[in-house]
Amino acid sequence: MGTTASSPRKKVNRIGLELQPYRGRKTTLCAGCGHNAISERIIDAFFEMGIEPSRVIKLSGIGCSSKSPAYFLGGAHGFNGVHGRMPSIGTGAILANRKMIAIGMSGDGDTGAIGIGQFVHLMRRNLPIIYIIEDNGCYGLTKGQFSPTADLGSKRKTGVVNDLPPVDTCALAIELGASFVARSFSGDKKQLTAVLKAALSHRGTAMVDVISPCVTFNDHVGSTKSYAYARDHDEPLGEINFVPYFEEIDIDYEPGSTQVVKMHDGSQLLLKKLEADYDPTDRLEALRVLHETSRRDEFATGVIYVEPDKIDFIEVLNLVEEPLATLPLERVRPAKAAFDEIMEGHR
Amino acid sequence: MLRSAVAAEDAAAKSPAPQVVNDFNIQVATVNGSGSQAANLVLFRSIFQMGIPVSGKNLFPSNIAGLPTWYTIRASKDGYVARKREIDVLVAMNADTARDDVLGLEPGAAVVYDDPMELNALRDDLFFYPVPFDKLIADVCSDAKLRRLVRNVIYDGVLAKLLNISRDQIEMALTKQLGRKVKALALNQAALKSGYDYADEHLTKQDPFVLEPMNQTSGKILIDGNAAAALGAMMAGVTVVAWYPITPSSSLCETLIDYMGKYRIDKETGKATFAVVQAEDEIAAIGMTLGAGWAGARAMTSTSGPGISLMAEFTGLGYYAEVPAVIFDVQRVGPSTGLPTRTAQGDVLSTAVLSHGDTKHLLLLPSSAGECYSMSLKAFDLAERFQTPVFVLSDLDLGMNSWMSEPFEYPTEPLDRGKLLDAETLERLGEWGRYKDVDGDGIAYRSLPGDGMPAYFCRGSGHDSEAHYSERPEDYEENLKRLTTKFDTARDAVPGPVIEREGEGLVGVLAYGSSHWAVLESCDQLNQEAGLALTYCRLRAFPFNGDLTTFIDRCERVYVVEQNRDAQMLSLMRMELTAERIAKLRSVLYFGGLPIDARSITDEILAREGHELAPPNSA
Repeated sequence: MGTTASSPRKKVNRIGLELQPYRGRKTTLCAGCGHNAISERIIDAFFEMGIEPSRVIKLSGIGCSSKSPAYFLGGAHGFNGVHGRMPSIGTGAILANRKMIAIGMSGDGDTGAIGIGQFVHLMRRNLPIIYIIEDNGCYGLTKGQFSPTADLGSKRKTGVVNDLPPVDTCALAIELGASFVARSFSGDKKQLTAVLKAALSHRGTAMVDVISPCVTFNDHVGSTKSYAYARDHDEPLGEINFVPYFEEIDIDYEPGSTQVVKMHDGSQLLLKKLEADYDPTDRLEALRVLHETSRRDEFATGVIYVEPDKIDFIEVLNLVEEPLATLPLERVRPAKAAFDEIMEGHR
Repeated sequence: MLRSAVAAEDAAAKSPAPQVVNDFNIQVATVNGSGSQAANLVLFRSIFQMGIPVSGKNLFPSNIAGLPTWYTIRASKDGYVARKREIDVLVAMNADTARDDVLGLEPGAAVVYDDPMELNALRDDLFFYPVPFDKLIADVCSDAKLRRLVRNVIYDGVLAKLLNISRDQIEMALTKQLGRKVKALALNQAALKSGYDYADEHLTKQDPFVLEPMNQTSGKILIDGNAAAALGAMMAGVTVVAWYPITPSSSLCETLIDYMGKYRIDKETGKATFAVVQAEDEIAAIGMTLGAGWAGARAMTSTSGPGISLMAEFTGLGYYAEVPAVIFDVQRVGPSTGLPTRTAQGDVLSTAVLSHGDTKHLLLLPSSAGECYSMSLKAFDLAERFQTPVFVLSDLDLGMNSWMSEPFEYPTEPLDRGKLLDAETLERLGEWGRYKDVDGDGIAYRSLPGDGMPAYFCRGSGHDSEAHYSERPEDYEENLKRLTTKFDTARDAVPGPVIEREGEGLVGVLAYGSSHWAVLESCDQLNQEAGLALTYCRLRAFPFNGDLTTFIDRCERVYVVEQNRDAQMLSLMRMELTAERIAKLRSVLYFGGLPIDARSITDEILAREGHELAPPNSA
């Protein structure tokens, strides 16, 4: 690599933008926080997919995770809502303007506790949105209390042991009919970027749970959400390669060794099988793998379940092509004749 | 038959009553789920068709089937449409309540009842009309299952005969009520005829209550406030609706869904120019509304008190982040299961300052079906102009009962989308800050996702005028002060108070919302019974403006009429007005859960004004 070359031409993506517009403000999260790595991967994925930042809306609830939209895609519109209710804001915003690409940032408390109701119904509706859970098993912003994704037996720094079983957001999402469910690890750069790009190619809700260790409150021996634990217990379902619709496949693979999933936008997800066969389009298989890995105290990562052609909420509601928000008066106010007909009906 | 004739003759002998024309109150006591609502509306509509001012009120407990329910229909030649306490004509169909219903009547009332109940044994100062409903319905309807549903139409026939509604009128009303249900029509017509004929052949008119055609309703429509509000929303161009079912607001969104499905489908593509979501709860409903409002849609939700409570946090976010939203609150009594089918004006304070921190919201206070429509239209303009949640405070009485109204006017004004940033404005301003007050009215320019204008990060937490995160005390204070400026700008943009009656003395009365109709009637009662001519001022919105203070300044004392226990509007005035003005205000409160009546107000004001109580108005 020519790292010594002076003033190299800055890299631009397929729409001619440099990386800078994909960056956000300086992070205020702790140094080493998994969430910062996730922000970086989001920047990479949007940059590489060539998505104009101004076409994006960033949404979040409350918590460390929910601060992160400020740290990527500075040119995108953002809405930091209330705790656990980001899905409803996202739903309203996307219905108002279906042309926007929505990314929602949540945490394990924001999703698994206060926001579980909205999470459940978001999964049912298949709204077009990328829903990321930055999952560290604790409430960082209020100093480390256990969240609902903390594993049974996981220890706090104080020695307190979690005595309740965790909510598996991926298994729950699949049960609820989610059409894209993935899990990754903030420390796995390659996999997370591929998963995020696949999420961007998905029609409907792409739910991505990312194990993202909290360096301040949950990165010690005895925690099941520490960096060390996550590295030791990460069980990738296979090697993922993502080929966007605008690129040719230049990856060689032996027939039978790789499963190809065609996304709704024409992109392809190449899943190189490891030991066992794994079919991410099989819902029962997905649930079985989640349960089995969890029984072995491991967590499966990768695209766990995908249903590329499931209709999304926009189609269910049969919305016009144009954004509802800016339809002109004549399309949203019925004519006088219609009004008179209604009045006549009340005589 | 003979029994009743004797009883009626006795009663007539004791108090020979002159005819009472077009001025009485009918109450129908039935069992819910028995098709009684349709029968009641037929009666209601037939009186309307005769040109007689009429109001109908459904007084129903929170049950779906098999329990008592009452419907009152008031005919009033003088145009009074408030609830009237005294019942003049009772139709007793429910054995469980009949005894109490009869014992509660004033002497001289008429009672149509199901013969086997033998109600005539209870009193000898009423006019009784027994009708063998079971026998009549058996002759009309061979299918025992259907009998229950058409049985009530028989009393429409009986009352038509007794009260002097022509066969044509009542049949026309029945046809209109049933619409296209052709099969049901024949059966119902037969039941109607059977009641009419029975009364004609077997009952002798003894009571004084009769109807005579007038010309007071021609051109008018009949509509409930919820349908009117729904129509206003559709005409305002609402595009995103999120709601959660709750009595008494459900019919607002349900009617809107019907209207939109019919009138807001794009003709070329067959696609919807709107999105309606039945949300998982009211928190999600307001969240979706705010998300849509932030992204530029005209968005709304509709709820009642319990839903308002759940919307508190989000509404505060809407206020601080400055996001337009329209929230219809069809008020009802109490929290939780409270009295969900009873009316109240109980959410005035809670909506005015909903959420934590310093929050103040715009409230619109419709008092008629017409205003449910016009204020619904207006609410969307105000929400976008002021970039804030706007509440429309209706109530169960207004929302769920049918009201006579002049037909609504087709809106001719364009939509006011408020201060949206565009290239020209950006050029003129030089630099833009989402929360920067460049016009001195407290309202900043906003950009929308996808409009090509600069983006901003919307948040409720501390932000500076550029929408950047800030915890600096100066930034926070400046923002709060600007929000106050914005609120002050709104004072003269919301519908102002109106003087409904000019009085003669220095005593005023102030009311709002559905209390209006009872207050109008009470003004007449006070004038007739005690020569007290009050000046009546009706509030139409919060925040208040100078017209309210001008009115208070004209008066020595002002009675503030409200349908709640804690004088909520007066309390709100206490927050805003000077001590001198507050000292003039006196509360007249009604909080029984039924629509407020004039007599309650009149008696209270008379007592306070030191007059003798007038004897009960026995018409």
